[in-house]
Amino acid sequence: MTDDVFKVGTYEFKSRLIVGSGKYKSFQATKDATEASEAEMITVAVRRVNITDMGKENLLDYINPKEYTILPNTAGCFNADDAVRTLRLAREAGGWDLVKLEVLGDTETLYPNVVETIKAAETLVKDGFQVMVYTNDDPIVARTLEEIGCVAVMPLGNPIGSGRGLANPFNIRVIKQRAHVPIVVDAGIGTASDAAKAMELGADAALINTAIAEAKHECLMAKAMRDAIRAGRQAYLAGRMQKRAFASASSPTEGYIWD
Amino acid sequence: MQILLNGETTATCASTLGELVIELGLEERMIAMERNLEVVPKSQYNDTRLCENDRIELVHMIGGG
Repeated sequence: MTDDVFKVGTYEFKSRLIVGSGKYKSFQATKDATEASEAEMITVAVRRVNITDMGKENLLDYINPKEYTILPNTAGCFNADDAVRTLRLAREAGGWDLVKLEVLGDTETLYPNVVETIKAAETLVKDGFQVMVYTNDDPIVARTLEEIGCVAVMPLGNPIGSGRGLANPFNIRVIKQRAHVPIVVDAGIGTASDAAKAMELGADAALINTAIAEAKHECLMAKAMRDAIRAGRQAYLAGRMQKRAFASASSPTEGYIWD
Repeated sequence: MQILLNGETTATCASTLGELVIELGLEERMIAMERNLEVVPKSQYNDTRLCENDRIELVHMIGGG
């Protein structure tokens, strides 16, 4: 498994777990859980500096950009223009060209606004960004985003922060089967079995934030996710057995002592 | 002079973006700035003059998923 590299754009990773840095109780908790996850890529949000209360510490004092691939996101953007502005600022701040594009449709569902996502993706790809794009689990939209030139397509498993697992496993599989870029399940994973399931379906990676940050023991859940991603990936590569309608004995059906 | 800094009317003595960064004590921080909706590269902070009522956005990275 050591040569099972996760390639996205011009980047290569050993870990197929991408973590978020939101919702943690403290920067220290973020750092500890991120280390426990053994993830190499971590998302961050871009926000105004609070001029009147800047605080002494900063996320990047704890998450060293020299050790992790920082993936700036456009969380909170509801149109293409804001998303493009946000990522241009992020690129200037840290020199990062690998980015997570998400353009949301409303504040209640946080479902993606696909029309604005496509517009933003077109602009960002032309502008030289390597775009990992959050979208819904629609195979046609996934194909469109790939055709635009996004380096990874990231269908949701379920709404952001819901922890409800994979709503439509069939679509995740269909998207993967038709894709020529990595497919990353982003949003919805609530516990380790959800992560393993996503990988068993063929996802190239999973992006997980809330399930770790809101766990009672963040580091333990980070390790559980690390192991689930590995287990699911290995099961996918191993090729699972066919399901049968009826039983199939595991021990030989000959040589019984009563024959 | 008055500028609009992150949406707030703010008085500053800085005459360039470079001076503004120092005035705010952000030289060591990983930040980025927009002046009137245009991203300004760090290499140009010292050459970018601030004008009355400039709209400056000053951002950094925080936790997010």
